[in-house]
Amino acid sequence: MEIITPIVKIEHVNKSYRRGTRAIPVLVDITLDIAEGEFLALMGPSGSGKTTLLNMIAALDQVDSGIIRVGGMDITGLTETQLAAWRSINVGFIFQFYNLIPVLTAFENVELPLLLTGLSRRERREHVELALQVVNLTSRMDHYPGQLSGGEQQRVAIARAIVTDPTILVADEPTGDLDRVAAEEILELMDRLNRESQKTIIMVTHDPRAAKKARTIRYLDKGVLNDVHPQAAP
Amino acid sequence: MYILKLLLRNAFRHKLRTGLTILSITIAILSFGLLRTFISAWYAGAEASSANRLVTRNAVSLIFPLPLSYKDKIRQVDGVRKVSWGQFFGGIYKDEKNFFANYAYDAKSGIDVYPEFILPPDQKEAFIRDRKACFAGRKLAERYHWHIGDVITLKGTAFPGNWDFVLRGIYRGRDESTDESIFVFHWDYLNETLKKTFPRRANQVGHYVVEVTDPNRAAEVAQAIDKIFKNSLAETLTETEKAFFLSFLSMASAIIVAIQLVSFVVIIIIIAVTANTMAMTARERIGEYAIFKTLGFKGWRVAGMIIGESLLITMIGCLIGIGLTSPAAKEFSRYIGTYFPTFRVEIETIYMDIGASILVGLCAAIIPTWRAVKIRIADGLRRIG
Repeated sequence: MEIITPIVKIEHVNKSYRRGTRAIPVLVDITLDIAEGEFLALMGPSGSGKTTLLNMIAALDQVDSGIIRVGGMDITGLTETQLAAWRSINVGFIFQFYNLIPVLTAFENVELPLLLTGLSRRERREHVELALQVVNLTSRMDHYPGQLSGGEQQRVAIARAIVTDPTILVADEPTGDLDRVAAEEILELMDRLNRESQKTIIMVTHDPRAAKKARTIRYLDKGVLNDVHPQAAP
Repeated sequence: MYILKLLLRNAFRHKLRTGLTILSITIAILSFGLLRTFISAWYAGAEASSANRLVTRNAVSLIFPLPLSYKDKIRQVDGVRKVSWGQFFGGIYKDEKNFFANYAYDAKSGIDVYPEFILPPDQKEAFIRDRKACFAGRKLAERYHWHIGDVITLKGTAFPGNWDFVLRGIYRGRDESTDESIFVFHWDYLNETLKKTFPRRANQVGHYVVEVTDPNRAAEVAQAIDKIFKNSLAETLTETEKAFFLSFLSMASAIIVAIQLVSFVVIIIIIAVTANTMAMTARERIGEYAIFKTLGFKGWRVAGMIIGESLLITMIGCLIGIGLTSPAAKEFSRYIGTYFPTFRVEIETIYMDIGASILVGLCAAIIPTWRAVKIRIADGLRRIG
């Protein structure tokens, strides 16, 4: 039997938010392994904790207890500055509302994460052009986000996410703001990235059609992780 | 280059708001520059004073005279090279608004102790020869369209009556800082007239101007002069020309303090205006700052973007303000006429403009930077959408 080393290993993670003096649990004893090259969909109703879990995997939020290892590194013990450097190398982000910088062109938006690397201007240009080729947007590289459709903006965001060739891609409701056709295109693109480039993708969604593109689906309900949909459980 | 492009585009994302902020900064820098120029102009006479000249006046007050007989005793003091004497006349030319400084000086010695007033030799001769002669600075003559040979009448205030003078010379300043708006006539003319009209006021002078052989001995010479007249009916106070000017100016020190205060209030107001703009900007872009941090930009880089944008806006306003200050000062000096010897924007004022703008840019960015750097990424991202 082949032993697969997980690229993301989550062990007994707990997280709660405080409202006044009350602590509201958001994640309860989460343990999860995500294999390299996996395409995982995290589903669950609003407030179930899926975005919080995603933020923790991507080192955007801190755990209360437990350990998260990504690529073998325990990221729960890193400082803010170390986490910023770690994110720039290891995580590509795809957001529901694209989160592009409106005053930068598509090219410049994709170039943004590369400014933190030691690449020369020419090398950066090559990387950006390649990333834009992958998402099939080379022809619109000089357009500003406001001049692009929602689907195109999300493709720019995906190009920005992959331009540094990160260890994992995290996507928070990537099709949540798109029409059906554009959503389908984005899911196809993510699927292609996973199959052809073996990118590990962790996607939060509440759209079952989007989740179907993933190889694995896990469910969160009231902060508890399940293998099957809670309503489908016997 | 990338960051500069980003700063520029961010700064002009809200063109109207940024434009109005720049306009406010421009006006503030212009006001600040003009007020500082006013203060510099106020002290220009003191700054232009000679280090080897002393002024001896009545120890009680400037308004009390000294006997003419003191001149010979002063001349004998070790370290004294030349002595002249004069009297502030305070005459009015046609109307009170036509203010300019006018003095009666001993003709020959007066010209000798003020080498910075450059008179052509023929005009100098003509002035010395004619007891009713006067000479005026180039700026003053230009202002009132005076020409050599013109008869100029001053209405006396401290010395009543109409006083007629014939313009025999127009001097130019040796240095840029030399006051070219002074009017000088013969002290002898004043004294002879007083002998007839107010005999008790004759043979008295307002002050002595003493040229020393060595500026390093100025304090020692001043003490020696004052020592001679100690316990006399008119004790003297001898000080450097600069100290004399400053003590004269100190009578209006409250005005200067008020102007200085206003100039700093202008800067405080503009800090508030710019801080408001930057606070609005940062609040609107908090989500974007969270995106930058998400992508791996550290806090200091985000801080750099906010501070850079704030400095960019203030420096644009500052440069426009500086560009406008000199023309405005020129126009202003036309209105104020000869109240100040010079009214030009000093390089120190421009440095202060730049310093004040940097201060405004930095102060305005403090709170927005603090908020942007401290916000948790997850909270910042929640503000988008």
